[in-house]
Amino acid sequence: MSTTSAPALAAALSEPIEKGNSLWHDAWLRLRKNQLSVFGMIALTVIAFACVIGPVLSAYGYEEQNLDLGASPPSGAHWLGTDTLGRDLLVRLLFGGRVSLAVGLSATFVALTIGVVYGAVAGFFGGKRDAFMMRAVDIMYSLPFPIFVILLMVFFGRNIILLFVAIGAVEWLTMARIVRGQVMAVKKMEFIEAARSLGFGRRRIIFRHILPNIMGPIIVYTTLTIPGVMLLEAFLSFLGLGVQPPMSSWGVLIKDGAEKMEEFWWLLIFPGTVFSLTLFSLNFLGDGLRDALDVRSSKD
Amino acid sequence: MLRFITSRFLQSLLALFLVISATFFMVRFVPGGPFTAEKAVTPEILRNLEAHYGLNKPLWQQYLDYLGSLLRADLGPSFKYPNRTVNEILLDKLPVSAELGGISLAVALVIGVTLGTLAAVKRNTWVDYVASSFGMIGISIPTFVVGPLLVLAFAIHFGWFNASGWYTAADRVLPALVLGIAYAAPISRLTRGGMLEILHQDYIRTARAKGASETRIVLRHALRGGLLPVVSYLGPAVAGILTGSFVIETIFQIPGVGREFVNSAFNRDYTLVLGTVILYAVLIMALNLVVDIVQAWMNPKVRLEG
Repeated sequence: MSTTSAPALAAALSEPIEKGNSLWHDAWLRLRKNQLSVFGMIALTVIAFACVIGPVLSAYGYEEQNLDLGASPPSGAHWLGTDTLGRDLLVRLLFGGRVSLAVGLSATFVALTIGVVYGAVAGFFGGKRDAFMMRAVDIMYSLPFPIFVILLMVFFGRNIILLFVAIGAVEWLTMARIVRGQVMAVKKMEFIEAARSLGFGRRRIIFRHILPNIMGPIIVYTTLTIPGVMLLEAFLSFLGLGVQPPMSSWGVLIKDGAEKMEEFWWLLIFPGTVFSLTLFSLNFLGDGLRDALDVRSSKD
Repeated sequence: MLRFITSRFLQSLLALFLVISATFFMVRFVPGGPFTAEKAVTPEILRNLEAHYGLNKPLWQQYLDYLGSLLRADLGPSFKYPNRTVNEILLDKLPVSAELGGISLAVALVIGVTLGTLAAVKRNTWVDYVASSFGMIGISIPTFVVGPLLVLAFAIHFGWFNASGWYTAADRVLPALVLGIAYAAPISRLTRGGMLEILHQDYIRTARAKGASETRIVLRHALRGGLLPVVSYLGPAVAGILTGSFVIETIFQIPGVGREFVNSAFNRDYTLVLGTVILYAVLIMALNLVVDIVQAWMNPKVRLEG
């Protein structure tokens, strides 16, 4: 599991925007005016940074127990208190953030890869192949996928790699639809005809000429997929099917907090707040990006 | 229109068949069987148990047998509750989940459509901002955070409701509210978007020019078109409410299908797992079909594309 993947999101999103051509520059200027998106970006950067650095700096380990202390409310020694096993909640929260963000980013990457390739192929070739591929997507849309993910997790041990793949395999459908629609629009443009007349291969046209032109919708939808994926991970962990203790993730902490909230409110409030804040920020950032890049997505 | 319905129906049947087959083979290939947990089962008894449930037959034979009994609407006996059939168990739990889902959906629609319409009509005023922030908050805070928080506040702190259970009418309030709010949020955003688009249309201007009151314009002329995005979202929303009820039923200890499903998966109760998956799949697909038809009825464009 990569520990640098969390801030990589911020880096990946800001890099082409700052150095890129005027389209990205314009989008950046527009995005900067959207206060909620800027707030989201800052909050995400702070959270991601804290999750990566925090556990290293902390005096406590994420599974270090202190049974004499037990559950204690927030104090000078433990800023967010401790859980019933005397583990420091702050460290568990930050460490859990690494897991949740890593799941969010990797599963989104899986979904992104499958969705973009599938959608691009369907949209580019069109005709019968497209009709068949998109009908298959329609059918898969109507399957109760979360149920399959639950079954997978119950039956095949709660394996974190399997978790990435299972969630990614569920979330690619919408991406495929969006990419297909965009590819169909772009492929009729003149510069694609020019590329064809120059004798370029189909693969080169798809990956070098079409995809770069539909990066906007892809980036927007990727940003909006991450919260969905993180929610699914937390949902599974909440049911006891995702990440397993003593490992920590935001879903695990919220589950633990919900069980003990009657006596120890801090165990629910802090993880719940940080998780919601992260989803909130990602949603606002995605919305802002959609406005800034002027994408009319089929999502809403 | 008939052709449209027929093609959607056949598509649903195919999808259903895929779900049944995929689940059937998945549960058979997993490590561990329904009887592994029982202690001190002699090989002899195990053989008898397997023979009793037909587990000693070749897999394809079991598969065909299962499909055959499905055609007679028989989901088979449960492995974990001896003496009970899957049909009985599901019929026992379904009314509870259906009630929870139904109330939640009603809550979601009433809150969502009202807020969305208000936000669109009063665009860029404080009403819009409040309604839109509610939408974003509702989308971002998951049910398994909202649920325990509401329990903490209204059940434990104020003592207005029971923290869990499913006995009195008051026990319905918190679960349905939590599940309903989660879907009211996207519905309010979709309504707002749809209404904004419709309110710019020429026929709305015509209605205004004819002197129709603003209320009449919104309720009679704009809502039908403005709610189109909401109707197409109903399929995913209902599916989400169904799976969302896993969490809600766990938090509030409601004896519904969702909790039974998670337990049956842990127990490796093959037939109960399969039965529950089939029940969910049939429900979701039937509702999707209804949504498709309603959508076609509301919007001639969709109808013609078929």
